Amino acid sequence: MSDETVGGTVSGTGEGSAPRARRSLVVVSAGLSEPSSTRLLADRIAEATVARLGDVDPSGGSGSDAGAHVSITVIELRELAHDITNNLLTGFASPKLQEALDALAEADGLIAVTPIFTTSYSGLFKSFIDVIDPQSLPGLPVLIAATGGTERHSLALDYALRPLFSYLHAVVVPTAVYAASSDWGTSGNSGASISERIARAAGELAALVRNSNRSSEVRDPFALPAGFSPF
Amino acid sequence: MQFGIFTVSDVTTDPTNDTTPTEHERIKALVTIARKAEEVGLDVFALGEHHNEPFVSSSPTTTLAYIAAQTENLLLSTSTTLITTNDPVKIAEDFAMLQHLADGRVDVMMGRGNTGPVYPWFGKDIRDGIPLAIENYALLHKLWRQHTVDWQGKYRTPLQGFTSTPRPLDDVPPFVWHGSIRSPEIAEQAAYYGDGFFANNIFWPKEHYMKLIGYYRQRFEHYGHGTADQAIVGLGGQAFMRAKSQDAVTEFRPYFDNAPVYGHGPSLEDFTEQTPLTVGSPQQVIDRYASMREYFGDYQRQLFLMDHAGLPLKTVLEQLDILGEEVVPVLRKEFAKDRPAHVPDGPTHASLVAARVAAAAPVVDALIDDAALEVTK
Repeated sequence: MSDETVGGTVSGTGEGSAPRARRSLVVVSAGLSEPSSTRLLADRIAEATVARLGDVDPSGGSGSDAGAHVSITVIELRELAHDITNNLLTGFASPKLQEALDALAEADGLIAVTPIFTTSYSGLFKSFIDVIDPQSLPGLPVLIAATGGTERHSLALDYALRPLFSYLHAVVVPTAVYAASSDWGTSGNSGASISERIARAAGELAALVRNSNRSSEVRDPFALPAGFSPF
Repeated sequence: MQFGIFTVSDVTTDPTNDTTPTEHERIKALVTIARKAEEVGLDVFALGEHHNEPFVSSSPTTTLAYIAAQTENLLLSTSTTLITTNDPVKIAEDFAMLQHLADGRVDVMMGRGNTGPVYPWFGKDIRDGIPLAIENYALLHKLWRQHTVDWQGKYRTPLQGFTSTPRPLDDVPPFVWHGSIRSPEIAEQAAYYGDGFFANNIFWPKEHYMKLIGYYRQRFEHYGHGTADQAIVGLGGQAFMRAKSQDAVTEFRPYFDNAPVYGHGPSLEDFTEQTPLTVGSPQQVIDRYASMREYFGDYQRQLFLMDHAGLPLKTVLEQLDILGEEVVPVLRKEFAKDRPAHVPDGPTHASLVAARVAAAAPVVDALIDDAALEVTK
């Protein structure tokens, strides 16, 4: 997992204006090789999202120098593979994995990128999803993306990843980004190029991230269910 | 401070020689282990309840009554008694009976159980786990304190004019602990009644339980049972010891690697770092567990899991010798240091009877005063 802050210092439109809230973006990359095209796609989407967050300042400023203050946490599942398996077997997360789960629970947006294996998300990706507290993602804006050898599996995003996040009550943006090997060398003659698809999805995610207050919410792990009585 | 052991009663193949005890051998071993616990000076023996293989302990009160007959001082408890799938009427009767037979050396720990099919096997639905625990315990609490009970609830047939027999010994019900791994509802329930809260503490990092116990302590105070540091807290633990640390690691590793629950997962090194499991010299175990009060506050009961994962009986008995003779005496001294006077000891039948007498005393005094006043008039 790596943290980087993009966007520099907080800026406003003039004297006395309140600082813009910091936004927290988490990138989950389930690529198995190193370097991986899954990570390459994840990074492109993250850059595009940060750029779009900087584009528009709802407080009235203009230009990207009025940009949002965004922190990006990249979770490389390969580095957590053993911890994820151990969590499945023991029921608890190692400190390293817990850090990743906490970042996710408190994120304003998630970019989830997995290779497509055998018609669906990779096993490692699903194992990671399975160790997340199912109550921790409601309302989380999510951009789903995938890589694969050919274009023929692009619908896996819509029949596998989209319902997965819908079940967890996350909010999945309409545009999903699929990158086949050939996309990395295609100009987009027969439709939008990979860059255009990334830009469109990033714009959709940025709009939701901008309005998210998930990262500033205070969570009570011991909140009792409404109406609960101990007797 | 009470020290003891708790067992899950698993029948597990010894991975070092591929032998598996029979159920009969394992049941007899449980009794031998309990007697050994008393012999080496431990205070508590607690037995789990299961209704599926590879566990043999389906009827703890039968087993505990047999152990009671063969011991003199050992406090007998459970880890846990299923408050969800057992009829609370039967729990009330079984444990009151055990209390009489054991002359009060009994308490009980409530748990919900985590084996899915047990609920339907007993006619319940696992999704009702928490509501079952709440309603059933409310009834049990009443049955032990009220002679004739009229009652109606959601999960069992109503009762009209029912008296649970025998009545609790000296009219003082067994002390109740509530065990939970993650549910704040159960910590809330324990706090509401002023009962004890037990964190099994063996499979997860202590930070998790620190939060849960902190919550229970706060709520205990909220409900007016005393200050937060007077709440009744119990902790689980797990250790394997040899004189030389490396010998303990070498001997325990195959059992760890193949153990139910965490086997084939994290390495022994990771698991001992991340959970309270301590494998090493007696001094290492002393150091680790003496530090628990720093994280959880002064507490009342420490139970160790010593007999699982296929460890041979002979080894378990050796472990109990080390625990009772080298570890616990030192821990008793450590825990007594700077322990505030207002922090209670672990509850016993005698302490509960004394507390009841003390609580009743002002009333009696007032009656005498009133009577004296009448006479002087």
